[in-house]
Amino acid sequence: MIDNAFGLIVTGERTTRLKDLTLSRSTAAVPFGGRYRAIDFMLSNLVNAGVTSVGLVTEKNYHSLMDHLGSGKEWDLHRKREGLFILPPFMTKENSGVFRGAIDALKSVMGYVRRTSDDYVILSWPRVIMNVDLVPMMEQHLATGADVTILYAEDGSLQLEEQSQDLRLIMDERGRVTEMELDAYRPRSVNRSCDVMILKKELLEYLVEEAYARGEYDFHRDILLKKYKTLNIMGYRHEGFLARLESIESYFNGNMALLNPDVQADLFNPKHPIYTKVKDEVSARYSVSAQVKNSLVADGCIIEGQVDSCILFRGVHVKPGARIFNSIVMQGSEIGENAHLEHVILDKGVKILPGRTLQGYDSFPIVIRKNQTV
Amino acid sequence: MKKRIVVMLLAGGQGSRLGVLTSNMAKPAVPFGGKYRIIDFPLSNCVNSGFDTVGVLTQYRPLALNAYLGTGQHWDLDRNYGGVFVLPPYVTEGENGQWYSGTANAIWQNREFVDQYDPDYVLILSGDHIYKMDYAKMLDFHRKKNAAATIAVLQVPWEEAHRFGIMNAGPDSVIESFEEKPKEPKSNLASMGIYIFDWKKLRSYMEADDADPNSSNDFGKNIIPAMLNSGEVMVAYPFEGYWRDVGTIQSLWEANMDLLGQKPVLDLDDDSWRIYTRNAVMPPHFVSQNAQVTNALVSEGAVVEGTVTNSVIFTGAHVQKGATVKDSIIFPNATVGKSATVEKAIVGENSVIGDFSILGGPVRPGEKVNNKLTGDITLIGNDVTIPARAYVAKGAVVNTENPHQPAKEA
Repeated sequence: MIDNAFGLIVTGERTTRLKDLTLSRSTAAVPFGGRYRAIDFMLSNLVNAGVTSVGLVTEKNYHSLMDHLGSGKEWDLHRKREGLFILPPFMTKENSGVFRGAIDALKSVMGYVRRTSDDYVILSWPRVIMNVDLVPMMEQHLATGADVTILYAEDGSLQLEEQSQDLRLIMDERGRVTEMELDAYRPRSVNRSCDVMILKKELLEYLVEEAYARGEYDFHRDILLKKYKTLNIMGYRHEGFLARLESIESYFNGNMALLNPDVQADLFNPKHPIYTKVKDEVSARYSVSAQVKNSLVADGCIIEGQVDSCILFRGVHVKPGARIFNSIVMQGSEIGENAHLEHVILDKGVKILPGRTLQGYDSFPIVIRKNQTV
Repeated sequence: MKKRIVVMLLAGGQGSRLGVLTSNMAKPAVPFGGKYRIIDFPLSNCVNSGFDTVGVLTQYRPLALNAYLGTGQHWDLDRNYGGVFVLPPYVTEGENGQWYSGTANAIWQNREFVDQYDPDYVLILSGDHIYKMDYAKMLDFHRKKNAAATIAVLQVPWEEAHRFGIMNAGPDSVIESFEEKPKEPKSNLASMGIYIFDWKKLRSYMEADDADPNSSNDFGKNIIPAMLNSGEVMVAYPFEGYWRDVGTIQSLWEANMDLLGQKPVLDLDDDSWRIYTRNAVMPPHFVSQNAQVTNALVSEGAVVEGTVTNSVIFTGAHVQKGATVKDSIIFPNATVGKSATVEKAIVGENSVIGDFSILGGPVRPGEKVNNKLTGDITLIGNDVTIPARAYVAKGAVVNTENPHQPAKEA
């Protein structure tokens, strides 16, 4: 177990890549996998590794995140000592409360960082969904004497459109990073950062203060890319499943991957459970006319129609005669009688009136915004 | 600081009529309705009624119940002042202490617990009933009637009245007499085992009762008749709605089945009256490509790869490929193996039904099945492994060897 590190999770980045899904929430608060939010995965990874102090840097749209996390009790982070610290921006004479990038955000929480008693920090951006054991990563970090250890995974996919924070690692045979590329048009490596890194707290303080003093604000571009030659940066490979939240398409495919039992076994490994806010919904109820196949269904759903290859979040109601295929339906949405949906993502509280038809495509799922009626 | 009312929940019952299901846990900890345990119902009723101080009286295998309740956080009962407390019998200097000899004795032994809140009233509940009830309304009724005791009653069919404690009440709800399981009932108002007492009055009657060596220290047998005889004002509070005593295998099965259907007899999907529980940390349930699920409840963490009809599948249960589950209740983390058939059965927690096994088939010639507790329901205890290709006849009970309660019926 990790007993000398705290977690620091940076949320509130400026991105429009998830379009309507991040209209009223940060990427960290995006619903995923039937009952989770993106943040649950990294938070659970930290807690499962024995981390008991987690700082959560927020900037904008953090209301739904705070509502979700509460006191942190579902993650056992409601502690007298340590626990979960939500760090919203506030204005001081050296801090405008508006962040240009992660360096600004980290600079604003240096007070929290200095007060923590742990020597190491596990810094992350919760835009990658994965269940990773951080203990061996920490062990490797200590054994190699690296300055920074970056979690990476082999990732053949390349998303050039609205490419952002695509950090590629080029490593020697010992795993030391010899070169880095950010948002490369033709990346030279399939090894892509998972936006989780371990470093000494003192080093983070130094790097952030130094970059801030130079007026820099982008953590990846202004710190990692400029420093990789002088710092000893090592890679640590993640072997398991991962889904990146960087476009509607990757969001859709990441969810759909959960219909594979092997992926379920990896992401929902009972030895490293994923915790989330409890809603006290009843068990899902199937009617006599229900026809469900190849789907993940959360508690509180009522299913009276046909559902095939879908992810249904809590409290979804599929009325008689409705047919849904290859779709993601978020909490509390309702699909009316004889409606027909294919390749759609319904955000929370969407109402599909009886008989309506919506059809997207594999590569272009239709997204219906929160609380809309179709 | 004073509390207006303190709740005392009688959870001591061994529940011997539930057979092997209670071989390692008290009755209130028995699973119900896909993701709950029986005790979630009275506890949630308390919280939803705004009553925040609950003593849970238990003396039979309290570990499962104790671990389950924890600090009470899952029911919002982790309070600075008040909250939920497990109250087992205890030993005192000189007096040596004793087991709870009856329902009233259990409260009497814990009078100091109640006294520390200096309440005007106490609400006495049982831990083995399934119902949704606003106790605050009952308290209003009690206060309006200026009663010493209020007993919640339910109209039961006349032909079943002889199985209950029957209250004979006048038009003003004042109870005139009380008969325990009368042969010829004069009324069909059955006591639900839910009482509100004026605490000071109850305390004095319990004190007198405790001094009587012949008393069985029971509310129904001793305290209530004694109060009636002394002319205390006692009223019957009429309750309308779903209420079931799930103290038998048959009634437990039926109450679970009441959750199914187009318009379930008992609908728990009720935002105004949620039932809270200790939620398992598990992903949504998964229904595979070859599965078929109709008229069923399925909980998070479950995996269904076979055919499920008319059944309740609890948290983390697994119905494997080709298996058929019909009219059955599969408790948390139990597994029904490949191509197994389960019909009208209750499968206990963590139990494994081997591949190709048949549960609930007809009794074969020459076979003797002791179905005194189960009727035609097949009962598999907790942590039981049924080997592959096994045959378990209708009404049979299968249990693991348990040093505390050997498997007599196995």
